Amino acid sequence: MNNRLDQGKGDIVFDIINKFLLIVILIVTVYPLVFVASASISDPMEVLKGNILLLPKGVTLDSYRRVFRNSDILTGYKNTILYTVVGVIVNLTMTIAGAYPLSRKKFYPRNIILAFFTFTMFFGGGIIPTYLVIKRLGLINNFWVMILPGAVQVWNLILMKTFFQNSIPEELHEAAYVDGGTNMQVLIKIVLPLSAPIIAVMVLFYGVGHWNAFFNALIYLSDRSKYPLQLFLREILIESQIDDMMGSSEAIADQRIYAESIKYAVIVAASLPVLMLYPVIQKYFVKGVMVGAIKG
Amino acid sequence: MKGYTKGMKKPHVQKKDPISMLINSVKRDWSLYLLISPVIVYFIIFKYWPMYGVQIAFKNFMPSKGIWGSPWAGFKHFDRFFSNYQFWRLIKNTLGISVYQLTVGFPIPIFLALMLNEVRSKYLKKTVQMVTYAPHFLSVVVLVGMVLAFLSPQNGVINHILALLGFEPINFMTEAKWFKTIYVFSGVWQNAGWGSIIYMAALAGIDTSLYEAAAIDGASKFKRVIHITIPGILPTAIIILILESGKIMNVGFEKVFLMQNSLNISASEIISTYVYKRGLLGAQYSFASAVGLFNSVINLILLITVNRISRSTSQNSLW
Repeated sequence: MNNRLDQGKGDIVFDIINKFLLIVILIVTVYPLVFVASASISDPMEVLKGNILLLPKGVTLDSYRRVFRNSDILTGYKNTILYTVVGVIVNLTMTIAGAYPLSRKKFYPRNIILAFFTFTMFFGGGIIPTYLVIKRLGLINNFWVMILPGAVQVWNLILMKTFFQNSIPEELHEAAYVDGGTNMQVLIKIVLPLSAPIIAVMVLFYGVGHWNAFFNALIYLSDRSKYPLQLFLREILIESQIDDMMGSSEAIADQRIYAESIKYAVIVAASLPVLMLYPVIQKYFVKGVMVGAIKG
Repeated sequence: MKGYTKGMKKPHVQKKDPISMLINSVKRDWSLYLLISPVIVYFIIFKYWPMYGVQIAFKNFMPSKGIWGSPWAGFKHFDRFFSNYQFWRLIKNTLGISVYQLTVGFPIPIFLALMLNEVRSKYLKKTVQMVTYAPHFLSVVVLVGMVLAFLSPQNGVINHILALLGFEPINFMTEAKWFKTIYVFSGVWQNAGWGSIIYMAALAGIDTSLYEAAAIDGASKFKRVIHITIPGILPTAIIILILESGKIMNVGFEKVFLMQNSLNISASEIISTYVYKRGLLGAQYSFASAVGLFNSVINLILLITVNRISRSTSQNSLW
């Protein structure tokens, strides 16, 4: 924006250094991603020998075929999609239900309720008391344990409330009330249709959260048929590797090649759905949503 | 609508007591109350009920008697924790990781945002943003999986590169001294770009006429950054710093847990992983709750302290 104000040698040096550093950052950030992609489509033997540094060698989709023949991964995929879809629907409903009343000035107890919600961002019972509550509710090893304990995120609720307050003109509400509209009609017919940007961002935030969720599944699920993708990924990517490092694996060479070759394909297969969603929604990030949110 | 002409009495409602205000409000906007009630119920069940349950830290919890029925034990579990040989190691690891994380992870997004703000090429700016935001969307499991794969002494690309340069391979994950550095810098790789968004938003709010005025006065680009841009994003930076300080004892459980193994445990056992092992795997509910509560209270104290310091020195605060 202040480009045309450039003058002097100092500014030129400043620009060159700045550009150089940004390019370094770009390379450092992108390299691991490119490496994973290259390794996932390379001949497993080449990966194992360390012949891949940047570009793929002996291109083959073998690893992907193996990944999608793995019954664990298919189960995990199916479960994660289910948790994500149901979870996001619950999240959106609950977040709107919480944010809309809090965004209305006429909603008398809004400050007290907001404080009641916000306090939980800074203090909590901790994992053991939470575990006991979940157990008491009979949610252990239950489908809903992946949905209900995280039904609302306070931070997201504040983002949404701020959006409702700042981006939807008060006059629209007043006009609707003059025409005899009820609160619910105003929400559904006026506020929500104007809230596409924030809803898109919420779908992304909550959706990514569910897709990547690991902790609740780790402590509350014991039935493998209910495991989300992330728990199977942990077995493939981490536990096998740790065995390997500890030297405790009597892994036959063949098995190791197999494990190595699918590792990178698994990473891509597990991350691609989320990474593909993000450029679509990216344009909403800076504009509107983040501005003003921080002091809610 | 809002201005009342002189002499006109203020509306009567304002003088009523809070209870009747509430009753009137419920009558008028019952649908808003109905709408928010499931959300309140959610917070009561999943957030406040566990807070009520934290009393088991002061009890000897017996599953058969429940939270309320179990006998009181006073500070026994806290005493046991403070005198435990692990105590100082847990504190040292937890604080060590988060202070390291804060000193490296807090300034980098600010620098990144400043650099992006100054770059001339729109194309480079867009590309850097696109690429640096992306790792934020990878799961912790995938991130740790990548770290392990890259650093593997046999097959990892880092050790292949070290070998090409003539160095001995390093078994990064089994040497405790590498743990913190790997934790912090993999975190920077994953989150620095995402963390810069909030500063980009703050930068967008700075009045451009300030820059023009400074340029006319002959200020160099560097000086403009120091005197206009940095003060412009300082309030945002302080708020983020307060929020981060409140998390200083809350090192992410998931990532540490996944990066842990029996050989790096001396550097990687932190309070939350200890609570998980003693409480959920070892079923010592009361003891683990006490450890967890100790952690939460320290966090809350830190948050309040930093907020207070910030409010009195810079007028920026969360509340």
